[in-house]
Amino acid sequence: MLSRAVQVTYVVLFGAASLIAFSGDKDAATHAARVERGRYIVEAFGCADCHTPKTFGPDGPQEDPKRHLSGHPHDVQLPPAPTLPDGPWNFSGNDMMTAWSGPWGTSFTANLTPDVETGLGSWKEEDFVATIRNGRHMGRGRPLLPPMPWPKTANLNDEDLKSIFAYLRTIPAVKNAVPEPRPPAGSR
Amino acid sequence: MTTLATLLGPLVQLVQLVQIALLGAPADELPKRLADTGLYADFAAGTLAADVMTFSPQYPLWTDGAAKCRYLRLPPGTTIDATRPDAWDFPVGTKLWKDFSFGRRVETRFIERRADGWTFASYVWSEDGSDAVLAPERGVRGAARTVNGTRDDVPSRYDCVACHQAGASPVLGASALQLSSDRDPLALHAEPARPGDVDLAELVRRGLVRSLPQALVDAPPRIAARTPRERAALGYLHANCGHCHNRSEKSGPLRQLGLDLAHPPTHAPAAAPAPAPALATTLDVKSQCKAACGEGAVRVAAGDPDRSVLARRLATRDPLLQMPPLGTRVVDEQARELITAWIREELAPAAPAAPPASIPPSIPPHKE
Repeated sequence: MLSRAVQVTYVVLFGAASLIAFSGDKDAATHAARVERGRYIVEAFGCADCHTPKTFGPDGPQEDPKRHLSGHPHDVQLPPAPTLPDGPWNFSGNDMMTAWSGPWGTSFTANLTPDVETGLGSWKEEDFVATIRNGRHMGRGRPLLPPMPWPKTANLNDEDLKSIFAYLRTIPAVKNAVPEPRPPAGSR
Repeated sequence: MTTLATLLGPLVQLVQLVQIALLGAPADELPKRLADTGLYADFAAGTLAADVMTFSPQYPLWTDGAAKCRYLRLPPGTTIDATRPDAWDFPVGTKLWKDFSFGRRVETRFIERRADGWTFASYVWSEDGSDAVLAPERGVRGAARTVNGTRDDVPSRYDCVACHQAGASPVLGASALQLSSDRDPLALHAEPARPGDVDLAELVRRGLVRSLPQALVDAPPRIAARTPRERAALGYLHANCGHCHNRSEKSGPLRQLGLDLAHPPTHAPAAAPAPAPALATTLDVKSQCKAACGEGAVRVAAGDPDRSVLARRLATRDPLLQMPPLGTRVVDEQARELITAWIREELAPAAPAAPPASIPPSIPPHKE
């Protein structure tokens, strides 16, 4: 027969374990829901349109699932951007929609995968939120360049931005060092 | 579990209400007018509140030539914990303000430590100086004319965070080094101390700073350098670059660069012959800025400012290259001259040798 003290100890330990298990389950469920919401937003906003390289076949350009959201491929060398004639045509893009040229220069879409060296692998949630909120590289560097619509995505609330980041942590890491942006022709 | 949650819910609310009553409103509730932030006893007359102190850091941040006044208020009976002399821990309730003037007062920036963290805001002055109201969260572009026909940007709150929460302490201008009474006579843009300004010695004397290492009480911190010009150069880099480029975990992805321009107040080459971090992480260290800076670019090329990325980025306002990347639209010509001369003269190969520089191998490369 167990003593009263031991019985109480067992009850307390069981209760604590249940509480911890419950908390863990709840955290996991919350994280899963957050990842799913992030996936939903990334899909609905069309982030892959520009951030995922394309393959080309009879049906035209298709997103390459092996390079999902990995940005402009480092091994795709592009000639200087075309010079547009005077008139209303203002910017141009490559066939993958991963490189864009306009009055700001030439920009290349970023690697959003969790690769530590070339993607967002070393970023913290607050770095990502700050980047989208203030439109600056790494949250505090040079301005993000067109056509990244950060003034619009900055309207997402914190929970949505954290959800996007949570989802981006779950996609496969792709090692791809995206080129640095180029200045406008003749500006330097 | 439901019972537990039911019991805890009201308890948490009660604790929050007590916190608000004792420590102030949550961070998302900012006064709409500067007059209501506690800076003034009489706003219309411009009379400061009795417990507000003024101070002037010896190495100010360049903001396109703005004249500045800085204010500090600690809650009654509280002190600053200076155990870490480069990362003072301010008590909950601390408030700091900074006026920016270009001919007239344009804005007053305000930071406050609340129970749930630091909060940041800016107040924009009317042209007649009669009132200052809370700026929008995203700031105000071109709020006022500065110099050379450029305009001042009132920063967004995320811009505030970008600089103030990337280093050891969110308070950049009040630290052991910045308030040292052993001021650098060559520091750029330093305002002379005004009557009533508090410095490190005065804060210690009033008992408002505790746990400052005794060595810094006995000998106020001073940047140890080979020449007066090098001292001023290291101080400039500390104040204008070190709040982002440092080894703090808070600098986020920037930490991967292994670029440390913050100067620790306890750095003393006489005792430990290591170079200042700003030298150890730049001199003859290859830059990771490639396309925009050129292959093989070097952060600081010994004796050669033209090949030094640090000097080149300081001297441009090209948005892809300029440093600092925000808070300024006009090149600091005095700084350009200072850094250029320092690299050319003090860092020339024939100059007194500095210990070899390197980036710790544990830090992976990253673009800068």
